[in-house]
Amino acid sequence: MLPLRGLACLLLMQSLGEVLARSLSLPFPGPVVGMMLLLPALSWAAVREPVAACADALLQHLSLLFVPVGVGVMTHLALVSEYGLRMLLVIALSTFTGLAVTALVLRGLSRPQAAPKPQAGHD
Amino acid sequence: MTDFVQLWVYLSTTPLFGLTATLVVYLLAHALYTRWQQAPWANPVFWTVVTLAALLTLTGVPYPSYFSGAQFIHFLLGPAVVALAWPLWQRRAELHQRWCRLLLASLAGGLAASACAVGAGWALGLPTEVLLSMAPKLVTAPVAMGIAEKTGGIPALAAVFSVMTGLTGALAGKYLFDLLRIPAAGEGWQVRGFALGASSHGIGAARAMQVNADAGAYAGLGLGLQAVLVALWMPLLLGWLR
Repeated sequence: MLPLRGLACLLLMQSLGEVLARSLSLPFPGPVVGMMLLLPALSWAAVREPVAACADALLQHLSLLFVPVGVGVMTHLALVSEYGLRMLLVIALSTFTGLAVTALVLRGLSRPQAAPKPQAGHD
Repeated sequence: MTDFVQLWVYLSTTPLFGLTATLVVYLLAHALYTRWQQAPWANPVFWTVVTLAALLTLTGVPYPSYFSGAQFIHFLLGPAVVALAWPLWQRRAELHQRWCRLLLASLAGGLAASACAVGAGWALGLPTEVLLSMAPKLVTAPVAMGIAEKTGGIPALAAVFSVMTGLTGALAGKYLFDLLRIPAAGEGWQVRGFALGASSHGIGAARAMQVNADAGAYAGLGLGLQAVLVALWMPLLLGWLR
């Protein structure tokens, strides 16, 4: 029952987020608003325990949830055949940029606190 | 024979087909991924998508009838985004202690990735609606779709770009981090995980969770934080630029 109650909680928050986002014409997607609403509510054990049970199961299989959209590439074959190579290039380049900038900025900012002990040996 | 054809025609148009095919192919791909010691190139999402697309093309099943079944899985993306509050809440102590550097790293990475995508795409002559669909691709597909809808991109295309970005990060992240000499140990795991979550969302985070628990937790943090941040600044920035 616990995960089911958790799912109800998540759906309720998503609906609430959707309603708020539409009625106030907020620039953010409904689920993001729902997540921000859920965050403070988690300090309440009656919400936290069911949500934790459901969220762990859901996030563990997160990658499966992307499959249906991923297969949707085939519906854009015209665009893909015309720009496919260039789109791939742009995606690869910008993803590497994002990963590298995030990692380097975070490491650069973390250094002063963590004593910069050079890690000898293996990498 | 005709009975079989009739049966196939019937089955391929019911939601049962799309749902079953997605689950079974994913489970097979995941079993192989585990057998190959979770090598990045054996990514289960990538191979599931390729196999299903090939299967649909070979059998002539149109995407909408596949999606009528797969939508039950697709629908869970919404609650999954809400569920990201849970890893954020669990790491609230770290978030409280390091919010400044985590925020700066996500903002810098997000801005750099989006600017690079739009800039490089523009230089290569991609159409405007493709560029607008590409800008939010570093966040998880449902959020990227929501942003594209608000900024004038094509939501379905934004979702596809988002998935491809996630796959790129999951496939190549390890090699890039090795190249940048981010250690695969101690605090290095946190940096690797956070960068994967913040730049290649759920698929990158799923990869991080499989590799190291600490990396996985930080990936969840990065993914949630980035989804909120990009959803906040991108519509405002694009609206202001227009």
